[in-house]
Amino acid sequence: MDILNALVALLNFVIIPASSYGAQLALGALGVTLIYGILRFSNFAHGDTMAFGTGVTILGTWGLQAMGVSIAPLPTALLALPFGIAVTALLVLGTDRAVYRFYRKKKSDPVILVMVSVGVMFIMNGITRFVIGVDEIQFDDGERFLISAKAFKEATGLAEGLSLRSTQVITVVTAVLVVWALFWFLNSTRTGKSMRAFSDNEDLALLSGINPERVVAVTWIIAAGLATIAGTLYGLDKSFKAFNYFQLLLPIFAAAIVGGLGNPLGAIAGGFIIAFSEVSVTYAFKKVAGYLGPEGWQPDSMLQLLGTEYKFAVSFAILIIVLLFKPTGLFKGKSV
Amino acid sequence: MKKLLLATAASALIAGAAQAEEIKLGISLGFTGPLETMAGPMALGAELAMKEVSDSGLLLDGSTIVPVRSDSTCVDSAAATAGVERLITTEKVKAIVGGMCSGEATASLQNVAMPNGIVMISPSATSPALSSLEDNGLFFRTSPSDARQGEVMADIILEKGIKSVAVTYTNNDYGKGLADSFEAAFKAKGGTVTVNAAHDDGKADYSAEVGALAAAGGDALVVAGYVDQGGSGIVRGAIDSGAFETFVFPDGMVGSALVEKFGAEIDGSFGQNPASGDEGRDIFLKLAEAAGFDGTSAYSAEAYDAAALMMLAMQAAGTSDAAVWKDKVMDVANAPGEKIQPGELAKALEIIKAGGDVDYVGGAAVELIGSGESAGSFREVAIEGGELKVIGYR
Repeated sequence: MDILNALVALLNFVIIPASSYGAQLALGALGVTLIYGILRFSNFAHGDTMAFGTGVTILGTWGLQAMGVSIAPLPTALLALPFGIAVTALLVLGTDRAVYRFYRKKKSDPVILVMVSVGVMFIMNGITRFVIGVDEIQFDDGERFLISAKAFKEATGLAEGLSLRSTQVITVVTAVLVVWALFWFLNSTRTGKSMRAFSDNEDLALLSGINPERVVAVTWIIAAGLATIAGTLYGLDKSFKAFNYFQLLLPIFAAAIVGGLGNPLGAIAGGFIIAFSEVSVTYAFKKVAGYLGPEGWQPDSMLQLLGTEYKFAVSFAILIIVLLFKPTGLFKGKSV
Repeated sequence: MKKLLLATAASALIAGAAQAEEIKLGISLGFTGPLETMAGPMALGAELAMKEVSDSGLLLDGSTIVPVRSDSTCVDSAAATAGVERLITTEKVKAIVGGMCSGEATASLQNVAMPNGIVMISPSATSPALSSLEDNGLFFRTSPSDARQGEVMADIILEKGIKSVAVTYTNNDYGKGLADSFEAAFKAKGGTVTVNAAHDDGKADYSAEVGALAAAGGDALVVAGYVDQGGSGIVRGAIDSGAFETFVFPDGMVGSALVEKFGAEIDGSFGQNPASGDEGRDIFLKLAEAAGFDGTSAYSAEAYDAAALMMLAMQAAGTSDAAVWKDKVMDVANAPGEKIQPGELAKALEIIKAGGDVDYVGGAAVELIGSGESAGSFREVAIEGGELKVIGYR
């Protein structure tokens, strides 16, 4: 029995990576759920909004770096975030004005809006690639590690190393701050309350004098902010590649639906549920079991439920199970 | 137009006067697709050899060689087969330099080249499966099989005193072929492979893959992938999480991009890739430079050798009929005989004409073994102080 080593291995390969991935998914799912709650359609362009926001933030980061601005040991990208959010907000407001408003005026079915958002997705994807290119970009210039595996091994004398990247901590801390700010906004400000009223009952909200265009605009701005922050955190933690954000769309939607579409609290819970399932189902527990078992014993098999190639299948499976048995999600959202 | 007509008439006259034929040779490479950057220098390498022979005027009483290109796409077997079909039935080529990738090469060989009795010499298809393929003696390659690289890699690792390794490979035919042949060789020599798992290219995050590899353990991690793709992602993840400290890099991982990305972080790691340390390579590089292309590009020298072997075999058989000269390919490639370096094709043609024997060495130290594939020489490298150092050749 070697509980300490088992715990460290589990922390290093499951808990820490899944927590930061979960925070990134939660932020993405919040944006999706907000748009679903207020504008009443599933926004497929959200992944590419994230990519665009991150791309602009990277351009801002390069600009700051060229001017010699730095907030070391934190990455410069955090400083460029407001710029990225502003540009992305302008883009989505422009898209709303040019595309979505037409269908909203006609009171089109949600499914038509979903199809429209697929079209918007492809165009945004193209714009992003056009602006920043298709190559992989590393833009994290801060301190890389809070705890590096080597230093941890030397300090503790354990066989297992523990590494904690600064980007992982930044991700979780930023996510907590953003979620707190969002809930404060929705619950305590006049605009936030009018958004919730609009979400609960559109006709009643219109009768009580709430300006629908204003609510829609604020929703888009917040969604753009959430998308840019989530995308930038993901890019900082991993690396930026325009196409990868398109692949993130599935786990993000799974997170939003599992939590309950339209329910912000559910989006956060869903993000972490999806992240932890993806990581733990594909993790091979051989070493951990070896530490927990009797001395010198190692299981023969890898103790891995699914090969890592099938990571995305996990989100799919959870999505289908939830839709079958609890279509409104775990936190009482709207049914799809 | 007038000039063109004149030129055509003139060349027709000359050709007629010399009583020699115009031999067409096909070049079927992936000019579009995932290896498109390599295809250009490869085709130029093959065409360089053809031009050298044409200019010498010594092949089969002054025959000239005309290259015809076709796009094999590397990934689309149907497109490659259609291209080779066109080369053989419409262009009437006598032999084909290609295909480029193992899957596409197999398809075009079996569907078109074999029924028509046309020889294919591939400069770059390295799948072990091609060694045992029934080919009627029509298929050769100037690059070594990955089975051979698996053996060499296993030797290098064991010589470093490492007995247990984890293996990850890029999720395609090439990656799997190399990983499997390495695993077989390493086990046969007494080593242990803890896990042999695939990774997909083009992902942002490889922490799950690295986690599984780390759980299996091992003293080193063999990364059979691409340096511009998932291979580097795996290495980055493994370094960050402290899962592995020593890496083994075959083939496509060995490149300047590797040390640019990781520098001193991968000190103590090592690897190997197919490359010849002979003087032939230097000669070929100079020829390529004079012809205006980059001879160091992968498999460019092998393409030159493929074309050269075809023409020397024709000369040895005294005919451009593939059914006859296919049996001469092994003769001109191997000892005994005078060693032939790149740029000495004219000399080789003369020796053969005079009844002598040649041993073609070329730009990639060609020595055909087994069913007609290069024995291959490998360059062993190590990363020391953040730089790629050549240890030797084997």
